[in-house]
Amino acid sequence: MVKQWKPAGWAMAAIAATAAIGMVVPSAMAQRDPAYEAARSAGQIGEEPTGYLGFVSTPTPAVRQLVTDINIKRKAAYTSGAPQGSTVEQFAFVTGCNLIAKTKPGEKYKAPDGRWLTRDASPPVRDTRCP
Amino acid sequence: MLGGCVQIATPDKPIEINLNINIKQEIVYKLDGDAKKLIEQNSGIF
Repeated sequence: MVKQWKPAGWAMAAIAATAAIGMVVPSAMAQRDPAYEAARSAGQIGEEPTGYLGFVSTPTPAVRQLVTDINIKRKAAYTSGAPQGSTVEQFAFVTGCNLIAKTKPGEKYKAPDGRWLTRDASPPVRDTRCP
Repeated sequence: MLGGCVQIATPDKPIEINLNINIKQEIVYKLDGDAKKLIEQNSGIF
């Protein structure tokens, strides 16, 4: 006679817990650092048309470090992600167009004339070449 | 010699600084989908 395997209660609970964690935190890259989110919404930092973050006001050493880190990671992502036939700079620029479009009201972004603007309900002022 | 003061009229329109990047419109549209995907897949850094 074949004995049927029955998972024990604790095993089921462990499987369920693992699945739940997996759903809440898919990967380390998937969520913004709370300090980054805070600096964005406080308007200390903003999106530039180049596809990188910039400082709206003189940053604290912690914010400076945070932005430097993110910009290095962005550069790496642009470098590995730039499709054939395009440069890293071009890919970063088009991503920057999208990032400025995605800013939330209250967040800062840099207009083509170099001014830092605060996003409101109206469409942002972007480079004319943006899609 | 006249005074050392030079009057400069301030422009009433903001000066447009063009990002020094060479990109054709067809490349912009080609890269747009990839850019959106990149942002989605790396939301922690964007």
